[in-house]
Amino acid sequence: MIYLQLFWEFFKTGLFAVGGGMATLPFLQAIGESTGWYTYTDLMNMLAVSESTPGPIGINMATYVGFTAAGVPGAVVATVGEVTPSIIVILIVAAVLHSFRDNKYVNRAFYGLRPASTGLIGAACVSVILEVLTSVQLVAQQSGLVKAPVLGGGSLFNVPGLLLAAVLLVLTNYVPKVKGLHPIVFIGLSAVVGVVFGFAGA
Amino acid sequence: MKEQHSFKNLWVLFWTFAKMGVMTFGGGMAMLPILQREVVDNKGWATEEELTDYYAIGQCTPGIIAVNTATFIGQKYDGALGGVVATLGVVFPSVVIISILAGLISNFADLAWVKNAFAGIQVCVCVLIFNAVTKLLKKSVVDKRTAVIFVLVLLGGLFLKLSPVWFVVGAALAGVILKNLEARAA
Repeated sequence: MIYLQLFWEFFKTGLFAVGGGMATLPFLQAIGESTGWYTYTDLMNMLAVSESTPGPIGINMATYVGFTAAGVPGAVVATVGEVTPSIIVILIVAAVLHSFRDNKYVNRAFYGLRPASTGLIGAACVSVILEVLTSVQLVAQQSGLVKAPVLGGGSLFNVPGLLLAAVLLVLTNYVPKVKGLHPIVFIGLSAVVGVVFGFAGA
Repeated sequence: MKEQHSFKNLWVLFWTFAKMGVMTFGGGMAMLPILQREVVDNKGWATEEELTDYYAIGQCTPGIIAVNTATFIGQKYDGALGGVVATLGVVFPSVVIISILAGLISNFADLAWVKNAFAGIQVCVCVLIFNAVTKLLKKSVVDKRTAVIFVLVLLGGLFLKLSPVWFVVGAALAGVILKNLEARAA
């Protein structure tokens, strides 16, 4: 029953992803790996579309992944699954608002949670960079716990991709006026560069 | 006094949040100025201070920040049902827009220029995620111990085939234990 599985996977994502839309990325990656509903590359495309359309990124991604897995009903089920834990948690917190804000255990837990959430997104970032810009992939054995780097076919580095990445890094971080632009500008620019230089070799 | 759970109230709540869902472009952070205008200035559903509180808590509770904040405001306006309705409102435009787009994109995915465009876009997504991580690093890694947690989870997430859930639960426990030890030593 794919709908039940979708709901459960997204319920877990909504419950454990702390820190907004980008924090769901490592969870979505894990769902793709364990179910085979979509690949890394599919997920990156979904992220790009989610950043370029109206609505919170986390919700857009949940809808897109649900749609990819099971069409429009899947999109609805995944989104409802992702927001259900939020609703439950917030309704509880709202009832005990003042004690929650000042609770020392909540604050202590978040001291550890914040860097861990960043670490998980960082790991997703590294594997996505390996996937797109190199031919190295991290692969786990069927039953193993450890993922080992494996060299794929083709050249080790995607040179045009690395050049574009370097340009984008400078544009988004160091060029005054340009760096504050909405991500959709850089996504559009990259799409044009991809078409002009035939990035997919197609 | 407004009537509890009247259809009209709930509809206004749904519609207001659906409008804000369309206007939000980007992450939950992009929503704050829109919330300030609609919820505080226009509708008077919450004060500026309350909104700031909701936002701060929405960031450190699990889930999407925009959804958490919507639930908060909705429940304040019309109880638990209001929380549910506001949340459904904020996600409604996403579900419609993305479903339509996803259908269109899958029809065109095999065209050469679409493949090339997405190959370029993927490079950009790498950079955008990288920028998000460096921004988060400044807020979350505040001392040596948080730096160690960051590095351990980064390596674990990369090289272990484990659900992210375990890292989240482990890190929350580590935070409580580390801070407890610190409090005891002081």
